[in-house]
Amino acid sequence: MRKPAVRRSGGRAGAGVGAGGKSRGTRVRLVELAHARSGDKGDTANVGLIALKPEYYPLLVKQVTAARVARHFKGMITGKVERYELPNLHALNFLLHGALDGGGTISLKTDAQGKVFSTALLRLEVEVSR
Amino acid sequence: MSPQRGARTVRIAGGQGFWGDWLEAPYRQVTGGPVDYLMMDYLAEVTMSILQKQKSRDPSLGYAKDFIPLMQRILPVLAERGIKVTANAGGVNPRGCAQAVAEAARGLRLSGKLRIGVVTGDDLLGRIDGLLARGHELRNLDTGRPLSDVRDRVLSANAYLGAWPVVEALRGGAHVVITGRVTDTGLTLAPMIHAFDWPADAWDLLAAGTVAGHTIECGAQCSGGNCLVDWERIPDLANVGYPIVEAAPDGTFDIVKHPGTGGRISVAGVTEQLVYEMGNPAEYITPDCIADFTTIRLAQAGKDRVRVSGVRGRPATDKLKVSVAYFYGYKAVGTLVYAWPDAYKKAQAADRILRQRLADLGLKFEAIVTEFVGADATHGPLARASAPLAELPEVQLRIGVRAVDPAPVERFTREIAPLILNGPPSVTGFAGGRPKPEEIVAYWPALLDKRMVEPCVEYVDV
Repeated sequence: MRKPAVRRSGGRAGAGVGAGGKSRGTRVRLVELAHARSGDKGDTANVGLIALKPEYYPLLVKQVTAARVARHFKGMITGKVERYELPNLHALNFLLHGALDGGGTISLKTDAQGKVFSTALLRLEVEVSR
Repeated sequence: MSPQRGARTVRIAGGQGFWGDWLEAPYRQVTGGPVDYLMMDYLAEVTMSILQKQKSRDPSLGYAKDFIPLMQRILPVLAERGIKVTANAGGVNPRGCAQAVAEAARGLRLSGKLRIGVVTGDDLLGRIDGLLARGHELRNLDTGRPLSDVRDRVLSANAYLGAWPVVEALRGGAHVVITGRVTDTGLTLAPMIHAFDWPADAWDLLAAGTVAGHTIECGAQCSGGNCLVDWERIPDLANVGYPIVEAAPDGTFDIVKHPGTGGRISVAGVTEQLVYEMGNPAEYITPDCIADFTTIRLAQAGKDRVRVSGVRGRPATDKLKVSVAYFYGYKAVGTLVYAWPDAYKKAQAADRILRQRLADLGLKFEAIVTEFVGADATHGPLARASAPLAELPEVQLRIGVRAVDPAPVERFTREIAPLILNGPPSVTGFAGGRPKPEEIVAYWPALLDKRMVEPCVEYVDV
């Protein structure tokens, strides 16, 4: 697996992520640390977030909280976010309620089945120490 | 077959991940190497209502029609190699489907060589009033509303049956088992129960078979398709190999594919499929057991071979899930494409104009959804925050409306085209003509006491 290509924080350090927002770590997008697949159950989208390497998993557990994900998807979902842990697969499962304009056949959205909420989550920035 | 796992493994090939999946896949699965079973999943949540509608027009229909020419193509191979089939292609008319397959088999001179098992008992449409009268409210699992709220609009109602009626059909000597609404996972679990004689309370084994079923129920989505990791280097997707479960009696299994096929079987790809459409991973509930996905162990056991072990399960619940389809209303989606310069701003302006006209006409909608394809249709505000909106070469305005009544939706479809001449400039992409109002058939998930459903197995001997 390729080494994560880090993006420097560019003056955005302290935006409230990671260790209390005061760390001098580097911010990277989740796409450098994880992969994901998403799908639907009615009006709920699920996103399975999987660490690209087992050693990244604790960072996901710590930083990619349900509250953080709810903020990330603000304006895109109307319900709450639930998170489940699968340490055996180095994965987290998120349920995004009210994500699909009613879901299934009712939905008017292009992504009526929540297929690309996966990569939308991978835009989230987390903090890694160097 | 992996030599170290002994001869008592059973190979179950996934041939269709949904109705509409690759037509070549089942043929390649039965001809590309040794398999014992071919499993095909045809039924998505609202498929049953479409089939119900077809059956109401012609009582001989109501099943996945594509299944018949497919069987015609592969039946000689199945007979020659002794491969059995489990498929929920029967929809709302498994008997009709079986008759059509039997007819195809006779045409292939397979008379006397084919026994078709038919699983029914899932169809509840004619029993709804009786169930409601007896206090089974069939409340919507998402909204909590009782089914009586939409009773007069119900189009189909089916209980999800599990693996056991399919096992019964296999024990009865069926070569092809055609079912109605049997769970996707049950179609894979059943051959394992049958081959290994697993007891009905062997919860860990049943859970393992359920995980195997979940892994291959979406076809190539576990063998390199739709896989994000390293996607550009996944080889030869044009010839992607569909997955095969190579199951052992102790509940461990490998996910493999035929040699010489494209795609990739990796821990990353299998993991993506395991979390697909996942709820609470510790409680994956089926009619057969509760599987705990937090106990699954995965290991790369060779090239294009992932070993799955450690699966734990718990007793099944006393409920069955019921899938009800009901008439909801109407919708339509219209699109127009705007070109540079200011493509995004033009599309935004067109959206404002259109919405004002709909409002001025006094049209009432339950929802109006606007997306700007090329800017925000997939990732919403997350995408807009970083996209070069001013320089986008083109943007598709995509606007959808939904209403209980057909009239406002019908009128909406006539308000798109005028924008070509009386709205913002540099617009194209309307060759498809006026959008058509579509009926919305919606999905109503519910639970029902297991004792209310009596699965039935019968046979058609060709």
